[in-house]
Amino acid sequence: MASFPFELVSPERIIFSGDVETVVIPAAEGEMTLLASHAPMMTSLKTGFLVVSSGKGEERILVQGGFVDVGPKGATVLAERAMPVSELNGEILSREISRAETEHETVEDPVLKAAAADTVAQLREAKASLGM
Amino acid sequence: MPSLKDLRNRIASVKATQKITKAMQMVAAAKLRRAQAQAEAARPYAERMAKVLGNVASGVQIGPETPRLLSGTGKTDTHLLLVCTAERGLCGAFNASIARLARDTANRLQAQGKTVKIICVGRKGYDILRRTHGKLVMELIELRSVKVLGFENAEEIGKKVLNLYAEGEFDVATLFYSRFRSVIQQIPTAQQIVPAEIPQAAEEAGSGAVYEYEPSEQEILEKLLPRNVSVQIFSALLENGASEQGARMSAMDSATRNAGEMIKKQTLTYNRTRQAQITKELIEIISGAEAL
Repeated sequence: MASFPFELVSPERIIFSGDVETVVIPAAEGEMTLLASHAPMMTSLKTGFLVVSSGKGEERILVQGGFVDVGPKGATVLAERAMPVSELNGEILSREISRAETEHETVEDPVLKAAAADTVAQLREAKASLGM
Repeated sequence: MPSLKDLRNRIASVKATQKITKAMQMVAAAKLRRAQAQAEAARPYAERMAKVLGNVASGVQIGPETPRLLSGTGKTDTHLLLVCTAERGLCGAFNASIARLARDTANRLQAQGKTVKIICVGRKGYDILRRTHGKLVMELIELRSVKVLGFENAEEIGKKVLNLYAEGEFDVATLFYSRFRSVIQQIPTAQQIVPAEIPQAAEEAGSGAVYEYEPSEQEILEKLLPRNVSVQIFSALLENGASEQGARMSAMDSATRNAGEMIKKQTLTYNRTRQAQITKELIEIISGAEAL
Protein backbone atom coordinates (compact mmCIF):
# COMPACT_ATOMS: atom_id res chain seq x y z
CA MET A 1 0.00 0.00 0.00
CA ALA A 2 1.13 3.51 -0.73
CA SER A 3 2.36 5.45 2.23
CA PHE A 4 2.44 9.14 3.03
CA PRO A 5 4.22 11.30 5.59
CA PHE A 6 2.20 11.94 8.71
CA GLU A 7 2.91 14.06 11.75
CA LEU A 8 1.11 14.37 15.05
CA VAL A 9 2.21 17.29 17.17
CA SER A 10 0.96 18.50 20.52
CA PRO A 11 1.92 21.88 21.97
CA GLU A 12 4.63 20.24 24.05
CA ARG A 13 6.26 17.88 21.58
CA ILE A 14 6.09 15.84 18.38
CA ILE A 15 4.26 12.63 19.22
CA PHE A 16 4.43 10.84 15.92
CA SER A 17 6.36 11.53 12.78
CA GLY A 18 6.91 9.14 9.90
CA ASP A 19 5.51 7.42 6.83
CA VAL A 20 2.17 5.70 7.34
CA GLU A 21 -0.36 3.80 5.24
CA THR A 22 -3.60 4.77 6.91
CA VAL A 23 -4.64 7.10 9.69
CA VAL A 24 -8.06 6.98 11.32
CA ILE A 25 -8.96 10.34 12.83
CA PRO A 26 -11.82 11.27 15.14
CA ALA A 27 -12.95 14.28 13.07
CA ALA A 28 -15.57 16.68 14.38
CA GLU A 29 -18.23 15.24 12.09
CA GLY A 30 -17.39 11.57 12.43
CA GLU A 31 -14.42 9.30 12.11
CA MET A 32 -12.56 9.26 8.85
CA THR A 33 -9.66 7.38 7.40
CA LEU A 34 -6.90 9.13 5.57
CA LEU A 35 -5.06 7.35 2.80
CA ALA A 36 -2.21 8.44 0.57
CA SER A 37 -3.02 11.28 -1.87
CA HIS A 38 -6.12 12.36 -0.03
CA ALA A 39 -7.60 15.62 -1.32
CA PRO A 40 -6.35 18.70 0.57
CA MET A 41 -8.60 19.10 3.54
CA MET A 42 -8.85 20.87 6.84
CA THR A 43 -10.98 19.69 9.71
CA SER A 44 -11.20 19.90 13.45
CA LEU A 45 -10.97 17.01 15.87
CA LYS A 46 -13.00 15.85 18.82
CA THR A 47 -11.89 13.57 21.62
CA GLY A 48 -11.14 10.01 20.61
CA PHE A 49 -8.55 7.55 19.45
CA LEU A 50 -6.40 8.27 16.47
CA VAL A 51 -5.11 5.08 14.90
CA VAL A 52 -1.93 5.23 12.88
CA SER A 53 -0.99 2.19 10.87
CA SER A 54 2.16 1.73 8.90
CA GLY A 55 3.46 -1.49 7.36
CA LYS A 56 4.89 -2.60 10.68
CA GLY A 57 1.87 -2.30 12.91
CA GLU A 58 -0.48 0.20 14.38
CA GLU A 59 -0.34 2.74 17.13
CA ARG A 60 -3.25 4.22 19.03
CA ILE A 61 -3.13 7.74 20.38
CA LEU A 62 -5.74 9.45 22.49
CA VAL A 63 -6.33 12.98 21.22
CA GLN A 64 -8.52 15.69 22.67
CA GLY A 65 -9.43 18.36 20.19
CA GLY A 66 -7.26 19.98 17.58
CA PHE A 67 -7.00 20.30 13.83
CA VAL A 68 -6.04 18.14 10.89
CA ASP A 69 -4.37 19.64 7.89
CA VAL A 70 -4.19 17.33 4.91
CA GLY A 71 -2.03 18.80 2.22
CA PRO A 72 -0.77 17.48 -1.10
CA LYS A 73 2.44 16.30 0.55
CA GLY A 74 1.07 14.64 3.65
CA ALA A 75 -1.01 15.16 6.74
CA THR A 76 -0.41 17.04 9.96
CA VAL A 77 -2.45 16.78 13.12
CA LEU A 78 -2.27 19.65 15.58
CA ALA A 79 -3.71 18.11 18.72
CA GLU A 80 -4.69 20.19 21.72
CA ARG A 81 -3.76 17.31 23.97
CA ALA A 82 -2.47 13.96 22.87
CA MET A 83 -1.17 10.88 24.57
CA PRO A 84 -0.06 7.57 23.10
CA VAL A 85 -2.04 4.69 24.57
CA SER A 86 1.23 3.10 25.73
CA GLU A 87 1.74 6.07 28.08
CA LEU A 88 -1.79 6.09 29.43
CA ASN A 89 -2.96 4.63 32.68
CA GLY A 90 -6.12 4.72 34.75
CA GLU A 91 -4.87 7.54 36.92
CA ILE A 92 -4.10 9.91 34.05
CA LEU A 93 -7.45 9.15 32.46
CA SER A 94 -9.33 9.81 35.68
CA ARG A 95 -7.54 13.11 36.01
CA GLU A 96 -8.42 14.05 32.45
CA ILE A 97 -12.03 13.09 33.04
CA SER A 98 -12.33 15.23 36.15
CA ARG A 99 -10.68 18.11 34.30
CA ALA A 100 -13.22 17.81 31.50
CA GLU A 101 -16.02 17.61 34.04
CA THR A 102 -14.99 20.81 35.77
CA GLU A 103 -14.80 22.48 32.40
CA HIS A 104 -18.30 21.21 31.64
CA GLU A 105 -19.55 22.69 34.89
CA THR A 106 -17.84 26.05 34.62
CA VAL A 107 -18.43 26.88 30.96
CA GLU A 108 -21.61 28.81 30.25
CA ASP A 109 -21.64 29.03 26.49
CA PRO A 110 -24.10 26.29 25.35
CA VAL A 111 -21.98 25.21 22.38
CA LEU A 112 -18.86 24.84 24.51
CA LYS A 113 -20.85 23.10 27.23
CA ALA A 114 -22.11 20.51 24.78
CA ALA A 115 -18.58 20.01 23.51
CA ALA A 116 -17.30 19.53 27.06
CA ALA A 117 -20.08 17.02 27.78
CA ASP A 118 -19.07 15.16 24.65
CA THR A 119 -15.45 15.13 25.79
CA VAL A 120 -16.43 13.68 29.16
CA ALA A 121 -18.43 10.93 27.46
CA GLN A 122 -15.64 10.14 25.02
CA LEU A 123 -13.05 9.97 27.79
CA ARG A 124 -15.23 7.66 29.86
CA GLU A 125 -15.66 5.44 26.84
CA ALA A 126 -11.94 5.46 26.21
CA LYS A 127 -11.31 4.48 29.80
CA ALA A 128 -13.78 1.62 29.61
CA SER A 129 -12.44 0.35 26.28
CA LEU A 130 -8.91 0.22 27.66
CA GLY A 131 -10.13 -1.59 30.76
CA MET A 132 -8.53 0.84 33.19
CA MET B 1 44.79 50.48 56.33
CA PRO B 2 42.65 47.42 57.07
CA SER B 3 44.07 45.01 59.58
CA LEU B 4 45.06 41.47 58.67
CA LYS B 5 41.94 40.10 60.29
CA ASP B 6 39.74 42.40 58.21
CA LEU B 7 41.43 41.25 55.05
CA ARG B 8 41.07 37.61 55.99
CA ASN B 9 37.39 38.10 56.65
CA ARG B 10 36.89 39.91 53.40
CA ILE B 11 38.59 37.16 51.41
CA ALA B 12 36.50 34.51 53.16
CA SER B 13 33.30 36.34 52.36
CA VAL B 14 34.17 36.77 48.68
CA LYS B 15 35.06 33.09 48.53
CA ALA B 16 31.64 32.18 49.96
CA THR B 17 29.93 34.40 47.41
CA GLN B 18 31.95 32.83 44.65
CA LYS B 19 30.80 29.40 45.74
CA ILE B 20 27.18 30.53 45.51
CA THR B 21 27.53 32.11 42.09
CA LYS B 22 29.37 29.06 40.84
CA ALA B 23 26.58 26.80 42.08
CA MET B 24 23.94 29.05 40.56
CA GLN B 25 25.75 28.96 37.26
CA MET B 26 25.79 25.19 37.25
CA VAL B 27 22.14 24.96 38.20
CA ALA B 28 21.27 27.43 35.45
CA ALA B 29 23.27 25.38 32.95
CA ALA B 30 21.34 22.24 33.85
CA LYS B 31 18.03 24.06 33.73
CA LEU B 32 18.96 25.73 30.47
CA ARG B 33 19.42 22.40 28.78
CA ARG B 34 15.93 21.35 29.85
CA ALA B 35 14.33 24.67 28.97
CA GLN B 36 16.00 24.67 25.59
CA ALA B 37 14.83 21.14 24.86
CA GLN B 38 11.31 22.12 25.86
CA ALA B 39 11.38 25.21 23.67
CA GLU B 40 12.67 23.20 20.74
CA ALA B 41 10.08 20.47 21.23
CA ALA B 42 7.31 23.04 21.15
CA ARG B 43 8.57 24.82 18.05
CA PRO B 44 7.08 22.44 15.43
CA TYR B 45 3.58 22.96 16.80
CA ALA B 46 3.87 26.73 16.66
CA GLU B 47 5.31 26.55 13.15
CA ARG B 48 2.59 24.25 11.83
CA MET B 49 -0.02 26.36 13.54
CA ALA B 50 1.23 29.46 11.76
CA LYS B 51 1.24 27.58 8.46
CA VAL B 52 -2.28 26.23 8.90
CA LEU B 53 -3.55 29.62 10.01
CA GLY B 54 -1.89 31.22 7.00
CA ASN B 55 -3.54 28.66 4.70
CA VAL B 56 -6.98 29.21 6.13
CA ALA B 57 -6.77 32.96 6.50
CA SER B 58 -5.52 33.49 2.95
CA GLY B 59 -8.77 32.00 1.65
CA VAL B 60 -10.99 34.18 3.82
CA GLN B 61 -12.18 37.60 2.74
CA ILE B 62 -12.13 40.17 5.51
CA GLY B 63 -15.74 41.09 6.02
CA PRO B 64 -18.25 41.74 8.76
CA GLU B 65 -18.45 38.02 9.52
CA THR B 66 -14.72 37.52 9.92
CA PRO B 67 -13.84 36.73 13.53
CA ARG B 68 -12.70 39.87 15.30
CA LEU B 69 -9.50 38.17 16.33
CA LEU B 70 -8.41 38.35 12.70
CA SER B 71 -9.99 41.56 11.50
CA GLY B 72 -9.46 43.58 14.68
CA THR B 73 -11.94 46.00 16.19
CA GLY B 74 -11.30 48.62 13.56
CA LYS B 75 -9.53 50.96 15.97
CA THR B 76 -6.22 51.03 17.77
CA ASP B 77 -7.17 53.20 20.73
CA THR B 78 -6.45 50.88 23.60
CA HIS B 79 -3.33 48.75 23.71
CA LEU B 80 -2.74 45.84 25.99
CA LEU B 81 0.86 45.01 26.75
CA LEU B 82 1.47 41.51 27.99
CA VAL B 83 4.88 41.67 29.60
CA CYS B 84 6.45 38.27 30.27
CA THR B 85 9.47 38.23 32.55
CA ALA B 86 11.07 35.86 35.00
CA GLU B 87 10.00 35.22 38.57
CA ARG B 88 13.53 35.51 39.87
CA GLY B 89 16.31 38.00 39.56
CA LEU B 90 20.07 37.58 39.38
CA CYS B 91 20.00 36.95 35.68
CA GLY B 92 21.81 39.95 34.29
CA ALA B 93 19.85 42.45 32.27
CA PHE B 94 17.23 39.87 31.28
CA ASN B 95 14.25 41.28 33.17
CA ALA B 96 15.39 44.87 32.81
CA SER B 97 15.68 44.74 29.04
CA ILE B 98 12.20 43.29 28.55
CA ALA B 99 10.77 45.85 30.95
CA ARG B 100 12.63 48.64 29.18
CA LEU B 101 11.21 47.64 25.82
CA ALA B 102 7.72 47.51 27.31
CA ARG B 103 8.17 50.86 29.03
CA ASP B 104 9.43 52.56 25.86
CA THR B 105 6.48 51.15 23.94
CA ALA B 106 4.05 52.30 26.62
CA ASN B 107 5.54 55.80 26.62
CA ARG B 108 5.45 55.99 22.84
CA LEU B 109 1.82 54.88 22.72
CA GLN B 110 0.83 57.30 25.43
CA ALA B 111 2.55 60.13 23.58
CA GLN B 112 0.35 59.25 20.62
CA GLY B 113 -2.68 59.63 22.84
CA LYS B 114 -3.52 55.92 23.13
CA THR B 115 -4.66 54.21 26.27
CA VAL B 116 -2.24 51.60 27.57
CA LYS B 117 -3.03 48.68 29.83
CA ILE B 118 -0.44 46.26 31.11
CA ILE B 119 -0.63 42.69 32.30
CA CYS B 120 2.54 41.36 33.85
CA VAL B 121 3.42 37.71 33.71
CA GLY B 122 6.20 37.16 36.19
CA ARG B 123 6.96 39.05 39.34
CA LYS B 124 10.14 40.80 38.24
CA GLY B 125 8.65 42.72 35.36
CA TYR B 126 5.95 43.97 37.67
CA ASP B 127 8.54 45.12 40.21
CA ILE B 128 10.28 47.20 37.57
CA LEU B 129 7.21 48.57 35.80
CA ARG B 130 5.38 49.33 39.02
CA ARG B 131 7.60 52.31 39.71
CA THR B 132 6.86 54.18 36.51
CA HIS B 133 3.65 52.68 35.20
CA GLY B 134 2.04 51.30 38.32
CA LYS B 135 -1.35 52.73 37.48
CA LEU B 136 -1.47 51.02 34.11
CA VAL B 137 -0.86 47.51 35.42
CA MET B 138 -4.15 45.67 35.46
CA GLU B 139 -2.99 42.37 36.72
CA LEU B 140 0.01 40.36 37.79
CA ILE B 141 0.09 36.71 36.86
CA GLU B 142 2.61 34.78 38.88
CA LEU B 143 4.02 31.52 37.67
CA ARG B 144 6.18 30.99 40.72
CA SER B 145 4.44 27.80 41.78
CA VAL B 146 4.76 26.30 38.30
CA LYS B 147 7.65 23.86 38.17
CA VAL B 148 7.38 22.61 34.62
CA LEU B 149 5.65 24.99 32.27
CA GLY B 150 2.75 23.24 30.56
CA PHE B 151 0.43 24.34 27.84
CA GLU B 152 -2.30 24.75 30.47
CA ASN B 153 -0.48 27.74 31.98
CA ALA B 154 -0.36 29.50 28.65
CA GLU B 155 -3.95 28.59 27.92
CA GLU B 156 -5.06 30.19 31.16
CA ILE B 157 -3.35 33.46 30.29
CA GLY B 158 -4.71 33.18 26.76
CA LYS B 159 -8.25 32.80 28.06
CA LYS B 160 -7.86 35.88 30.21
CA VAL B 161 -6.67 37.91 27.25
CA LEU B 162 -9.50 36.61 25.06
CA ASN B 163 -12.11 37.42 27.68
CA LEU B 164 -10.80 40.96 27.97
CA TYR B 165 -10.90 41.26 24.20
CA ALA B 166 -14.46 39.97 24.05
CA GLU B 167 -15.45 42.56 26.63
CA GLY B 168 -13.90 45.27 24.50
CA GLU B 169 -11.20 46.14 27.03
CA PHE B 170 -8.55 46.62 24.37
CA ASP B 171 -8.07 46.78 20.61
CA VAL B 172 -4.52 45.58 20.12
CA ALA B 173 -2.50 43.20 22.27
CA THR B 174 1.27 42.93 22.15
CA LEU B 175 3.37 40.28 23.79
CA PHE B 176 6.75 41.17 25.26
CA TYR B 177 9.31 38.47 25.85
CA SER B 178 12.90 37.61 25.21
CA ARG B 179 13.79 35.43 22.27
CA PHE B 180 16.52 32.92 22.95
CA ARG B 181 19.32 33.29 20.44
CA SER B 182 22.23 31.83 22.36
CA VAL B 183 23.51 31.69 25.91
CA ILE B 184 25.02 35.13 25.59
CA GLN B 185 22.39 36.66 23.36
CA GLN B 186 18.74 37.10 24.19
CA ILE B 187 16.66 39.47 22.15
CA PRO B 188 13.82 41.37 23.80
CA THR B 189 10.94 41.08 21.35
CA ALA B 190 7.53 42.67 20.95
CA GLN B 191 4.98 40.62 19.07
CA GLN B 192 1.43 41.52 18.22
CA ILE B 193 -0.98 38.71 19.05
CA VAL B 194 -4.37 40.37 18.73
CA PRO B 195 -5.50 40.91 16.00
CA ALA B 196 -3.60 37.96 14.58
CA GLU B 197 -0.72 38.68 12.27
CA ILE B 198 -0.74 36.29 9.36
CA PRO B 199 2.72 35.15 8.36
CA GLN B 200 3.44 36.14 4.78
CA ALA B 201 5.51 33.12 3.83
CA ALA B 202 2.76 30.72 4.82
CA GLU B 203 0.30 32.56 2.67
CA GLU B 204 2.38 32.05 -0.40
CA ALA B 205 2.97 28.39 0.28
CA GLY B 206 -0.71 27.74 0.86
CA SER B 207 -2.06 29.49 -2.19
CA GLY B 208 -1.50 26.50 -4.47
CA ALA B 209 -3.87 24.00 -2.90
CA VAL B 210 -7.65 24.22 -2.81
CA TYR B 211 -8.80 23.14 0.60
CA GLU B 212 -11.95 21.40 1.65
CA TYR B 213 -13.21 22.45 5.02
CA GLU B 214 -15.19 20.37 7.41
CA PRO B 215 -16.99 22.02 9.22
CA SER B 216 -16.98 25.39 7.45
CA GLU B 217 -13.97 27.64 7.00
CA GLN B 218 -15.54 30.14 9.35
CA GLU B 219 -15.98 27.64 12.18
CA ILE B 220 -12.45 26.32 11.87
CA LEU B 221 -11.08 29.84 11.86
CA GLU B 222 -13.10 30.64 14.95
CA LYS B 223 -11.49 27.72 16.73
CA LEU B 224 -8.02 28.29 15.34
CA LEU B 225 -7.65 31.95 16.24
CA PRO B 226 -8.14 31.75 20.03
CA ARG B 227 -5.90 28.71 20.01
CA ASN B 228 -3.26 30.63 18.13
CA VAL B 229 -3.18 33.25 20.90
CA SER B 230 -2.47 30.58 23.51
CA VAL B 231 0.15 28.97 21.31
CA GLN B 232 1.94 32.28 20.82
CA ILE B 233 1.92 32.89 24.56
CA PHE B 234 3.15 29.37 25.21
CA SER B 235 6.06 29.65 22.85
CA ALA B 236 6.89 33.09 24.25
CA LEU B 237 6.95 31.67 27.77
CA LEU B 238 9.18 28.81 26.69
CA GLU B 239 11.58 31.11 24.86
CA ASN B 240 11.59 33.28 27.95
CA GLY B 241 12.39 30.29 30.14
CA ALA B 242 15.40 29.36 28.03
CA SER B 243 16.52 32.99 27.81
CA GLU B 244 16.25 33.45 31.54
CA GLN B 245 18.46 30.47 32.25
CA GLY B 246 20.92 31.51 29.56
CA ALA B 247 21.10 35.03 30.93
CA ARG B 248 21.54 33.75 34.46
CA MET B 249 24.23 31.36 33.37
CA SER B 250 26.33 34.05 31.72
CA ALA B 251 25.65 36.55 34.52
CA MET B 252 26.75 34.04 37.14
CA ASP B 253 29.74 33.03 35.06
CA SER B 254 31.03 36.60 35.00
CA ALA B 255 30.18 37.02 38.69
CA THR B 256 32.27 33.95 39.47
CA ARG B 257 35.12 35.31 37.40
CA ASN B 258 34.90 38.72 39.07
CA ALA B 259 34.94 37.08 42.48
CA GLY B 260 38.06 35.14 41.44
CA GLU B 261 39.79 38.35 40.43
CA MET B 262 38.79 40.05 43.65
CA ILE B 263 40.14 37.15 45.68
CA LYS B 264 43.43 37.31 43.81
CA LYS B 265 43.78 41.05 44.40
CA GLN B 266 42.88 40.83 48.06
CA THR B 267 45.17 37.88 48.67
CA LEU B 268 47.99 39.96 47.24
CA THR B 269 47.16 42.87 49.56
CA TYR B 270 46.88 40.44 52.45
CA ASN B 271 50.31 38.95 51.76
CA ARG B 272 51.89 42.38 51.30
CA THR B 273 50.42 43.63 54.55
CA ARG B 274 51.55 40.53 56.35
CA GLN B 275 55.07 40.86 54.95
CA ALA B 276 55.16 44.57 55.85
CA GLN B 277 54.17 43.75 59.39
CA ILE B 278 56.83 41.07 59.73
CA THR B 279 59.44 43.46 58.37
CA LYS B 280 58.30 46.14 60.76
CA GLU B 281 58.54 43.77 63.73
CA LEU B 282 62.01 42.66 62.65
CA ILE B 283 63.17 46.27 62.35
CA GLU B 284 61.84 46.95 65.81
CA ILE B 285 63.67 43.97 67.27
CA ILE B 286 66.94 44.76 65.46
CA SER B 287 66.90 48.45 66.31
CA GLY B 288 66.06 47.50 69.88
CA ALA B 289 69.07 45.16 69.97
CA GLU B 290 71.33 47.82 68.43
CA ALA B 291 70.33 50.38 71.04
CA LEU B 292 71.58 48.14 73.84
